Amino acid sequence: MLDEVLDRTIRMYALLAWTWLRAAARYPVSLALLTAAVAVVGALDLVAIMLLFARAPVIAGFGAAEVLFLYGTSVLSFATADLLLGSSSRLGQHIRQGSLDAMLVRPVSPLIQVATEDFSPRRTGKLIPGAVVLAAVLPRLDAPWDAGRIAMVPLMVLCGTAIFAGLWVLTASLHFVLIDAHAATKSVTDGGGLLTQYPMSVFGRDFVRGVTFAVPLAFVNWQPALYVLDRPDPAGLPSWLRFASPAAAVLVCAAAALAWRSGLRHYRSTGS
Amino acid sequence: MGVFPWVAWYAFRRYTAYPLGALAEAVTNTVFGFMRAYILVALWTKRPSLGGYDVADAVTFCFVTQALIGPVQIFGGLELTERIRNGDVAIDLHRPVDLQGWWLADDLARGAAALVLRGGIPLLAGALVFPLRFPEPGTLAVFGVSVLLAIVTGFGLRYLVALGMFWLHDDRGLNSVALVMAMFFSGMLVPLVVFPGWLGEVARVLPWAALVQVPADVFLGKHAGAGLAGALAFQAGWAAVLLAAGRTLTLAARRKLVVHGG
Repeated sequence: MLDEVLDRTIRMYALLAWTWLRAAARYPVSLALLTAAVAVVGALDLVAIMLLFARAPVIAGFGAAEVLFLYGTSVLSFATADLLLGSSSRLGQHIRQGSLDAMLVRPVSPLIQVATEDFSPRRTGKLIPGAVVLAAVLPRLDAPWDAGRIAMVPLMVLCGTAIFAGLWVLTASLHFVLIDAHAATKSVTDGGGLLTQYPMSVFGRDFVRGVTFAVPLAFVNWQPALYVLDRPDPAGLPSWLRFASPAAAVLVCAAAALAWRSGLRHYRSTGS
Repeated sequence: MGVFPWVAWYAFRRYTAYPLGALAEAVTNTVFGFMRAYILVALWTKRPSLGGYDVADAVTFCFVTQALIGPVQIFGGLELTERIRNGDVAIDLHRPVDLQGWWLADDLARGAAALVLRGGIPLLAGALVFPLRFPEPGTLAVFGVSVLLAIVTGFGLRYLVALGMFWLHDDRGLNSVALVMAMFFSGMLVPLVVFPGWLGEVARVLPWAALVQVPADVFLGKHAGAGLAGALAFQAGWAAVLLAAGRTLTLAARRKLVVHGG
């Protein structure tokens, strides 16, 4: 039963994404240029990190290679989640324009319809700087590599993707209540994308507790990275948290599913 | 009264019509401000007098620039772009009013609205947590002039990008280039005082420095006397050059316009 639902979800998502992809591929040169442009804009954060480390070899107790490791894993997770579910942030726009009503009468989940809208390979451009940096920095990382640590790298990217995807749907669900909230909810999604590029030791103590326990951004890559790098937690949090990323991902996604369903159930079309 | 003050007045009323939307933007500007501030504090802890700033300067710089994101519209974009794409610009060109002047009036009103609705919150929230350096009333007045010049310079750049639509028919590529240049060379990404060597010197003479770095330096009181006049003249100079370029391009575009359609 569950298998069937999952299978159908994936097939519908793939079909709609493929449709948008074919539309985008009608203009191949434009598509290639836009992908490159997205990659360059995405690499701006990388340039910022390089500029900072050009001025100081160690920032907040972490060296350039370690911060680039955080950057790579953060960008890969964020960009994958953005590719899959980033368009869900347009929900507020659909509600305002009434186009959500049209989606509700179609035999496909409105979340899939919103998420696949304008699905374009140009958004893979964001993955490029992350993948390149991670590939370059992994061999240079001073970490006591063993089987567990090697397995942790793909696992943290996977969990990070799930956490970001959950946060996207969670913040999108807020738009059922707060129609014009997209500008503010960006601070959770895009803000999380920036935050996880830096070691948490940069930020204030209360701030770190907030992004560990309230919005679990610390589990995207920070806590697992402490394990991979074999470093003590500068905030002194217990060491079992390093393995809590999968649990955090499940919790965020469950909360997102609940929020989306309850938002959709209480949705009333706009109108006067 | 001429037509431009009316354009500006109605635009101002339009741009202040949704204060909650502006508030939401201000919240995001503030959250990003905190993250950038912590990052800059971490750098200045290692290098306490980097680029002639101390920690208080760096943090103040951060929140001033977050407050300026709205007014100078650092991420780019001008409504005119969409009007060129869909052909409505033909109506604008038919009006017995100068195209560039019309949109400058509109943009000044947009900048003023953004300053009123979005400028205060990041600075206020920042001041609650960090020791910010606020200027004296005299310096604050000069800062006002500097922000005005920054908005005009920003408009000059965005107007050129928008007119590119007449030739390119798609604004996304040009917009991305403009965004990268603006983020990198304005000081928005990292203060220009952090840029090493010649890169810093080049960045400081480009027009993007007039958008963020110069007004922030005025706010911090980094310029005095002749230096202050020089900083304002630098902004005014770029504003004039960009507006003149926009004027030339407008004339060329008038002869170029083809409205697509059946």
